[in-house]
Amino acid sequence: MKPAEFYQRDRLWQPPALTPDYKTSVARSPRLAMLSLQSSMSEITGPTFDHSDIDAIDNDLIKNYAKTGDPVGERIIVHGRVLDENGRGVPNTLVEIWQANAGGRYRHKKDSYLAPIDPNFGGCGRTITDDQGYYSFRTVKPGAYPWRNWVNNWRPAHIHVSVFGTAFSQRLITQMYFEGDPLIAKCPIVQTIPDQRAIDQLIAPLDLNAAVPLDCLAYKFDIVLRGRRSTLFENRLEGN
Amino acid sequence: MVQPLNYLKESPSQTAGPYVHIGLAPAAAGFNIFERELGWDIAGPDAQGTRIRVEGVVYDGTGVPVKDVLIEAWQADANGIYPHVEDPRHADCARGFRGWGRVITDFDTGVWGFDTIKPGVVQGRNARPMAPHINLWIVARGINIGLNTRIYFDDEDNAADPVLNLVEQVHRRDTLIAHKTGPNTYRFDIRLQGEGETVFMDI
Ligand SMILES: [Fe+3]
Repeated sequence: MKPAEFYQRDRLWQPPALTPDYKTSVARSPRLAMLSLQSSMSEITGPTFDHSDIDAIDNDLIKNYAKTGDPVGERIIVHGRVLDENGRGVPNTLVEIWQANAGGRYRHKKDSYLAPIDPNFGGCGRTITDDQGYYSFRTVKPGAYPWRNWVNNWRPAHIHVSVFGTAFSQRLITQMYFEGDPLIAKCPIVQTIPDQRAIDQLIAPLDLNAAVPLDCLAYKFDIVLRGRRSTLFENRLEGN
Repeated sequence: MVQPLNYLKESPSQTAGPYVHIGLAPAAAGFNIFERELGWDIAGPDAQGTRIRVEGVVYDGTGVPVKDVLIEAWQADANGIYPHVEDPRHADCARGFRGWGRVITDFDTGVWGFDTIKPGVVQGRNARPMAPHINLWIVARGINIGLNTRIYFDDEDNAADPVLNLVEQVHRRDTLIAHKTGPNTYRFDIRLQGEGETVFMDI
């Protein structure tokens, strides 16, 4: 692949910084206009990872923190593909996930929700996509949990997902939701996304074809990173 | 109707939330799971160059430190070479130089810091050199989509930098410049909002 600019990020598709219904954003949102930057070497490059960075078990959340047995909860596979906006798979890229346990409790010293910690569940995993961009994890379905925003807000079941791509300008963190969850429509964090079609992009369908009979259900979640032009930028003339 | 273009849309971003450490820095969340956590060593032990430490605090719009922020850094080596195939000089990048780091704050004070080497001048667009800089990506609870900015250094010649010169309000360029506080230490505070708001970039 030759150096080329990325398509500009669609700021009408992405959530804006200030979303008052998600209260924490109010004091943490920049108010001045961002500086729009055409791609330079600093943006089209980015960190690379390989299998020496991780262990084979890291994508199995059912086993990667098991102490006395398997964690409690609905056993699921989460699988899909990392693609770019041109529809091409993004190979060899790092995907990291984290989530609450089946009761909605995080293994984090700052989480004090009354649902219990599961001694056999850590709640984090990571993997590297294959040469066509495919990835998969095995885990348990996370529970919904309450959070302080309005008095009675509950997060829909979700898995946090972090992806790198090939360039620093593709870096993305998002969340995966589960088909059919009535809490999705009521969540102020989901609703920071202005376009319903964009929200739908984060809702993973049940994928019975990928389920393992008598063992594990499955959900399919594709992740799309920014695409890029096919032309080089070094030789192009520009105004300044 | 016209023909469809058939491009996909970038997945929308969602906040990293307060428990980002579980996934990206689990030891800080309070447990050990991976043999190797990623992002703690940017430069590696062997890379040539000036060893530096950069420290700072991220402040919210009320002036309070953001203690649950996570910052990633991406930089070139001391010769301005990125360890990435799209840098034409990448084969000459310093041995063991990773260029990427991930830091979180001290939960009590909100101070973050990382050790690295000072990057060199990087080739910019149209062969215009960019002054030494470190690219940052900032996520936290309350930040809906990661914020990009850059660290420049007050002991470098930044006058001709093509990116700094794009900042229309000249006084705001200072928000991108780390200040030397010791022989090899720099301070770089980030203000998400309000007086002295850092210049963030839509890259
Ligand atoms: Fe969460």
